Amino acid sequence: MIRVVLPAHLRTLARVDDEVRVAVAGRVTQRSVLDALEASYPVLRGTIRDGVTLQRRPYLRFFACEEDLSHEAPDAPLPEPVVRGVEPFLVVGAMAGG
Amino acid sequence: MSGVRVLVGTRKGAFLLTADGKRDKWDVSGPHFGGWEIYHVKGSPADPNRLYASQSSSWFGQVIERSNDGGKTWEPVGNQFPYEGVPGTHQWYDGTPHPWEFARVWHLEPSRTDPDTVYAGVQDAALFRTTDGGKSWQELAGLRCHTTGSSWQPGAGGLCLHTILLDPANPNRIFVAISAAGAFRSDDGGKTWKPINRGLKSEGIPKPDAEVGHCVHRIAMHRSRPGVLFMQKHWDVMRSDDAGDSWTEVSGNLPTDFGFPIDVHAHEPETVYVVPIKSDSEHYPPDGKLRVYRSRSGGNDWEALTNGLPQRDCFVNVLRDAMAVDTLDECGIYFGTTGGQVYASADAGNTWKPIVRDLPPVLSVEVQTFQ
Repeated sequence: MIRVVLPAHLRTLARVDDEVRVAVAGRVTQRSVLDALEASYPVLRGTIRDGVTLQRRPYLRFFACEEDLSHEAPDAPLPEPVVRGVEPFLVVGAMAGG
Repeated sequence: MSGVRVLVGTRKGAFLLTADGKRDKWDVSGPHFGGWEIYHVKGSPADPNRLYASQSSSWFGQVIERSNDGGKTWEPVGNQFPYEGVPGTHQWYDGTPHPWEFARVWHLEPSRTDPDTVYAGVQDAALFRTTDGGKSWQELAGLRCHTTGSSWQPGAGGLCLHTILLDPANPNRIFVAISAAGAFRSDDGGKTWKPINRGLKSEGIPKPDAEVGHCVHRIAMHRSRPGVLFMQKHWDVMRSDDAGDSWTEVSGNLPTDFGFPIDVHAHEPETVYVVPIKSDSEHYPPDGKLRVYRSRSGGNDWEALTNGLPQRDCFVNVLRDAMAVDTLDECGIYFGTTGGQVYASADAGNTWKPIVRDLPPVLSVEVQTFQ
């Protein structure tokens, strides 16, 4: 299972209190993790990626294993500790705005 | 027992304000969706417990929330607003072509007869409709694909469709307004549209009386006379007696004819309300005095309503969707400010009291009446 940490507003929207775990079939990539996340929590469709273009929303970042993976290709494999469920995949809201 | 429920959208959540028919003691519920921008909340005329809210954020995009119990509980519904076909371009601020991009829902207008049917006005300007209670939204693309669409330019707030009026006498007639394209009317349920801007003059565009390009801020009608429309334009308060085919200016003796909201008394079709605002760019009341102006003659002759409103050092704005009227025997008027106050008058504007003073900046105000 892949561990995913969501920002507070998305946890509220998805009605979860803590990190979530999703099963990913095949290669574990940003795209496959987000596909699995949205399949489990349809309310998150359009909130992390644009619903039409599937582009990452500009004020969100993807972190894992103390690395910023936001600009990695959506189909690039995620780090092995994420694949093994040792480390979470973090969806992080930019600290900006008023 | 009679009562009202005021639905307030703010920059940081939604608030529901309820009172009995006296409208002097209020219960405040909220924030709902704290931290999110709530551009609009509106109830279904066909089922007052059915509410819809437009919830959005720069971080997480658009969410539509629905309540089936008058706002006690909410559930997210569909948030996909796909433009039909290849969207093409409109004009950007500098006049260059810019792709149509969905940003947010500005206004939700539930059907008068079906709680599952709702119209949504969005930025970049387009009209959508759901017939399944918000699960899915389909564009009424005839509007955006109008021959003038590629020439539409955004106002300062974006290219937004902010006003939707459903004709209570003719289910096929819909009015919308877009900043800064102008007003449009459909007579076939939204399939085709015509600009209805004849008589408008906007000095800030190359051809002041152009067919489109006018920054219409708001349109209002009285339900008994859907052919009579009142408009607050960027500058000028206007009136049409032929369903928008032509407009005449009725700014009259207003201290400034700039403003955002406009509304009509629930029982007096010739009684109209506006909030004059100093502009360009200041966007606060003239002389620091927050005054609602009322005309009892359908425009031109306006009186200042000040009793209970701050008459010094007041520099808030009242946005286009932030005024509403109830339908109790003595018509109530409500408006919210960018300073977070929501004011109510239970006597058609003669006297005012704040319901709340310290909300986040108010984006929209609607009211439901329970007889």
